[in-house]
This record gives sequence, structure tokens and C-alpha cells, in this order.
Amino acid sequence: MNGLLRWPVRLASLLAALAAWQLVTAADLRLWVRFDRFPGPLDVVHEFARQIEHGQFWQDIAQSLTRILSGFVLAAVLGVALGVATARSKWAGDLLQPLFEVARPIPAIALVPVAILLFPANEQGIVFITFAAAFFPVLVSTRHAVKALPVVWEDAVRTLGGGRWRVLAQVVLPGVLPGVFGGLSIGMGVAWICVISAEMISGDFGVGYRTWQAYTIVDYPGVLVGMAVIGLLGWLTSAAVELAGRRLTRWLPGEERS
Amino acid sequence: MSGDGLVLRAEDATLGYGGRTVVEGLGLDVAAGEILVVLGPSGCGKSTLLRAFAGLLPAVSGRVLADGEPVTGTSADRALMFQDDALLPWRTARRNVELALALRGVPRGERRAAAVRWLDRVGLGDAAGRLPRELSGGMRQRVQLARTLAAGPRAILMDEPFGALDAQTRASMQRLLLDVLADAPATVVFVTHDVDEALLLGHRVVVLGAAGVAAEFPAPASRDEVLAALGARTKEVV
Repeated sequence: MNGLLRWPVRLASLLAALAAWQLVTAADLRLWVRFDRFPGPLDVVHEFARQIEHGQFWQDIAQSLTRILSGFVLAAVLGVALGVATARSKWAGDLLQPLFEVARPIPAIALVPVAILLFPANEQGIVFITFAAAFFPVLVSTRHAVKALPVVWEDAVRTLGGGRWRVLAQVVLPGVLPGVFGGLSIGMGVAWICVISAEMISGDFGVGYRTWQAYTIVDYPGVLVGMAVIGLLGWLTSAAVELAGRRLTRWLPGEERS
Repeated sequence: MSGDGLVLRAEDATLGYGGRTVVEGLGLDVAAGEILVVLGPSGCGKSTLLRAFAGLLPAVSGRVLADGEPVTGTSADRALMFQDDALLPWRTARRNVELALALRGVPRGERRAAAVRWLDRVGLGDAAGRLPRELSGGMRQRVQLARTLAAGPRAILMDEPFGALDAQTRASMQRLLLDVLADAPATVVFVTHDVDEALLLGHRVVVLGAAGVAAEFPAPASRDEVLAALGARTKEVV
């Protein structure tokens, strides 16, 4: 397709979808799926415009972002550290690997009761669940990246006189970054799923809590605004991870063209 | 530079990987400051011998010694230059050389200029800021030579280091190696497939076989003698 034509086509596709949405909701269409109580795009836009005037909207966003970033940063740091440790040390592997294998299949959101029992405050529980969600993708991808590292890089630094810590800082950590960022991207995705779900179950603030609350008080445009905000925040944070990853792994052969 | 070359010695050494023996009962002495060239058919254990001297591969039996002490691990004294690309791909050519200088204890402020000087000596001063993927295979190998020499090791273990270079660059790298060794004597164990290179560089040439040293020629050896020794062990044209 002609390059000039592609952007108008993409835009037209989005606008057509919005127009179709507006039409079926305005006509209160009831086929097998029912649009008679479903808010249309204009309702959602009005509700959105109303909400951004209120401090509460921004407070909820700040709350959710604080939770996800605390959980995510903890998961990134511990996931990389323990991933490297279990891949490079037999002792660490034997001590920790069985624990991880047992805990890993449990969906983080199923840990809500555990979090409520363990932590004195709601807030810590939600951060814990977010952490648990993002931790395993980071851990597993780090471990695989360490094992896949070409041995010659480490051998070269060792025969130049580099010790264990040099190898760790100069070879292992930079070398695993491409793999780690794969895990961080996935981790950010599941962290959002879990922070929103946890807020819906046990929060008293946050975008997830607000979205669920809108549903319970039959404020359907409010529900859709919540969903759109979640989507937007998720996209922004994932893009930030992606961008950081690309910045830090410019040396990869595939990055030459971009 | 850190004094004279190391004395390397393999005593009845059997070397191999995970139960597979590559070379058995090897006895070999390398004098301080000597350039020993090792020839032999593929798979005869030339690289394995270098890894053992470097401390990357413990002997299955027998002993590997450096200055009379058993080799138990790697050391800044014994640098290994690999036949394929061993540069860190996220560091520019200059920063790869700087790493060797840092490991040698050169103060931070002096590393940059020293690294560029080394790159100039291998003819890559202009490429200092490039990443390994932006360099050709031969250029990467020259950066590796600069990195290895910059580390100032007492023994340089070289595994077909110039195999990827064109004839002209190869000749200038060989000259550079001899120049550097004249300033800073080091023991060199040099593995190659190229008999002419062996005769040019080596104080002594040994031909390695599965049962250790198969033939030995003190310099100046005749090319025909060396070729005959290789031909007697292998069918391949060297």
C-alpha cells in the first residue's frame, strides 16, 4: 500500500469504530448483545471531562502508580539479583530454586487472602501482590539470559585478571540486559493486571477501586473511563520500559536500523 | 610492564572436557620470554593447551605450572587472546581496551589516552568510538590484540589470533607483536595453522598430536622439515 495512504486508513478505521459504537448505543440496539444500557463514546468523553476537574481522579492515578512502581521496582531488583544468583551459584540454585518452582504457578491475585493475613496495612498487601506478579517473569528471564551468555566474554575478562565481581559487573549484568528487559516488559503487563484486580478486591483508593465502585453505583460511563485510564497508564508504563530497554541495549546487532 | 616472561610447564598433563580426553601425557616447557609456536591438526588440543595454561581448564591428570607454581585459576599474568570475537559487544573499541587497563590497575584518568595509544598501534585510532558490531572481523581481532597487549601480561596465550586478517594486516600485526615484546618481554604460546607464520614468529616450533608433542624444531627450522612433520601426522594441506 502507498505510504501516504496508510495513516488516513488507520485513522479512518478508528473513527469508524467510534461512530459504530455511538450509533448502536444511541439507537439502544438489542440484538443478542444489548447496547440499551451501554454508554456511548460521547457519554464517556463527558464523564472523563467531568472527572479530570476533580482532585480525586488524579489522586487515584497517583495511588495506583505508586503501588505499581513500588512493586515493579522491588520485583526488578530482586528478580535480577536472585535470577543471577540461582543461575551462577549451585548453592543459591539448590536453596532457592525449589521454593520458586513451588510458588511460581500460583497466580499472584490468588495471594490476596495471604496478603491480607500477612500485612498490617492494605497498602503493603497490594504492593506485595504487584511485586509477586512481576517478580517471576523477571526472575525466569534473567536466569535464562545468564545461562545463554557466551562463555568467551567471561573467559576473556578472567584471563585479563578480572575476578568474580568484575565478571558480574562488567560481563554478566550488561550481557543479560536484553533478556532481562523481555522479562520486565511481561512483568509490567502482569503487574497492572494484579494491581487493578487487587484494588478492586481490597482497595480504598486507586484506579481499580474507583472503576469497581463506579460499577457498584451503576455509573457505567465511570466504569469505561476507569478502563480507558487503566489502558492508557498501562501503555505509558510499558512504553517507558520498552524505551529504557532500547536505550540500554543499543549494542545489539538488530538495533542498527532503528 | 610487569617484569620478565613467565616460565610455563606441562608435566605429563592429560587435558580434556567432561570425560573426553583431547591430549594425553603432554610434557612441554616454555622458557621465560620464549615465543613458542604450536602447530598441529584440528582437534589435536592446541586450544585446550592454551586454556590449561590460562587457568580456564584444570588438567585431568598431571600438572600445569607457571613459574613453578601449579596453575589453579586465571590470573592477570596469563592473558588469552581468542580466535573468535571475545570483545564485550556493549563497549566501544576504546572502552574494551580501557577494561584491560582498569584490570591492570591503571588510574582512571590515564586509561582513555592509553587506550587510544594502543588502538593507534593496531591502526584503529579512528575507530576508537565504534562498537564491535560496527567493525569487521579483522578489525575486531586487532582490537583484541590491543586489549591483550594493554593488559601487560607476563604470558600471552594466542589462539590463531591473526587467522581472520588479510595478508598485509597480518604481517603488520606480527611486526607489532614482536615490537611490543622487544619493549616488554613476555612468554608467548602462539597457536596457528600457518607454517610461515610459525617460522617467522617462533623461537621454537612444536607439532602437537594426541599423544603430546609429536615433533619439535628449534629456530631456525626449515619449512620443509616442519611441513613434513605435519604431513606425517595429517592428510590436510597446511
